[in-house]
Amino acid sequence: MNAAILTGKQLFYENKSFWRNPASAFFTFAFPLMFLVIFNLIFGNNTVARVDGEPISGSTFYVPAIAAFSVVTACFTNISISMVFLRDEGILKRVRGTPLPAVSYLLARIIHASVIALLLVALVTVAGAIFYDVDIPTAELPKVILIVLVGAAAFSALGLAHTAIVPNADAAPPVVNATILPLLFISDVFIPLEDAPSWLLTFAKIFPIWHYAHSMLHAFDPTGLAFEDGNLLIVAAWGVAGLLLAMRFFSWEPRR
Amino acid sequence: MPDNAIEVHALTKSYEGVEAVRGIDLHVARGEVFALLGPNGAGKTTTVEILEGHRTRTSGDVSVLGYDPGKAERSFKERIGIVLQETGVNRFLTVAEVIDQFRGFYPSPRPLDEIIEVVGLKEKRDSLVRKLSGGQQRRLDVAVGLAGDPELLFLDEPTTGFDPSARRNAWGMVQTLRDLGKTVFLTTHYMDEAQVLADRVALIVGGKIVAQGTPTELAQRTGADERRAFTVPSTDADRLVGLAREVGIDVRETTPPGRTLEDAYLELTKDQSEERVE
Repeated sequence: MNAAILTGKQLFYENKSFWRNPASAFFTFAFPLMFLVIFNLIFGNNTVARVDGEPISGSTFYVPAIAAFSVVTACFTNISISMVFLRDEGILKRVRGTPLPAVSYLLARIIHASVIALLLVALVTVAGAIFYDVDIPTAELPKVILIVLVGAAAFSALGLAHTAIVPNADAAPPVVNATILPLLFISDVFIPLEDAPSWLLTFAKIFPIWHYAHSMLHAFDPTGLAFEDGNLLIVAAWGVAGLLLAMRFFSWEPRR
Repeated sequence: MPDNAIEVHALTKSYEGVEAVRGIDLHVARGEVFALLGPNGAGKTTTVEILEGHRTRTSGDVSVLGYDPGKAERSFKERIGIVLQETGVNRFLTVAEVIDQFRGFYPSPRPLDEIIEVVGLKEKRDSLVRKLSGGQQRRLDVAVGLAGDPELLFLDEPTTGFDPSARRNAWGMVQTLRDLGKTVFLTTHYMDEAQVLADRVALIVGGKIVAQGTPTELAQRTGADERRAFTVPSTDADRLVGLAREVGIDVRETTPPGRTLEDAYLELTKDQSEERVE
């Protein structure tokens, strides 16, 4: 049977089971909105936020920043944690013993995560327009969608690779959070980095989140910061690295 | 097509220098229910997982349905079913959905209703997996193993943790599979289970096969003592033993009738059990 058809079938079951767990589904969507509201309450009225030298309002900053955060959460965090749970429960090993191609199984999860990411970005954008008067970047819409899709693929691949350093399901949430939260704080996502030491910025720029947040900021910002393909290319390169690492180190069996 | 579903010659497996499997030979005929017995850590699961294609071997020849399981070919996976010792399924799907999902992976799956019937989950057909009891989840594991209508089914400790009636039901299920003409390769550490279900058994201790044959053969091959049951009026039972002892017969034990596979097992694995106590 064709791997594409099998991927489609898997996607059908992924989606079905996702909506069967309403608490999980609800908070998947509520989580980024909570951050949008909280950060806007605290920093929304600051007009001093400067991104790459251009002053923008706090609200204009937070809509794309939380959109970027949504993609990272829906793909990297979700895939990395859930895959370790599936690995520990023996579900991955069982699938491995069937004729289902590995790529169909993994691709179905990644596509599902990417659709969730796309929905989250749409939700955050619409909420930003309704509650914070942040313009929906209609002219840049294809770019925004491209950014979401490239980011979703890259962060999903990195999520798969990340499972290699998580020994078991109990360790998954702390290890994943310890990987991702510090980067979110130093990458112009949760707070704009204005007075941070320059070495910290240099350090942040090694990782894909800073570049991802900035490609999203540039696509959303109406004051006309140029859309820099460089940032998105760096994210894509990280994604390729993640894919190669995942192909080498991803395990289908529980660690003992 | 080879006559034997499984043929293994001089199979070894080492993990970081430790030999878990030390040169075993075995064969399983088509349509046979074969049980691999042995204490924990004897190499049972390692051996099964090599046959399933989950693990590579260090050396030796292995042929399963004519395939080398080490190559993990898709056509090989289409013809076998695997029920792992510890495994799970998506807990937010129903019994019927899970079985259907796995049926979708195979070219000629077994009809859904037949599978549900064989494993006895008819009443739970539309229940979410997370609402099932432990025994019912294990039945679902077997159902998933049957999804592709395999010629050969691996059952790794299928009844561990079952209560006695759930075990009897599971045994009935394996007997149904035999009637369907399936080859079943099972591992267990319950001797009564092997005695009831298996056409042939092999006993693995310390990575080596120490005995192989039908359960009855194996049970009788070992031991100078013999058990035999006599049915006498209960009031005469003690008198019989007393009389026997009077004439110098060494009656050692009086309760369970028949020499069982368990007796043979305990004797053959004695060395290893003693090692562990030390």
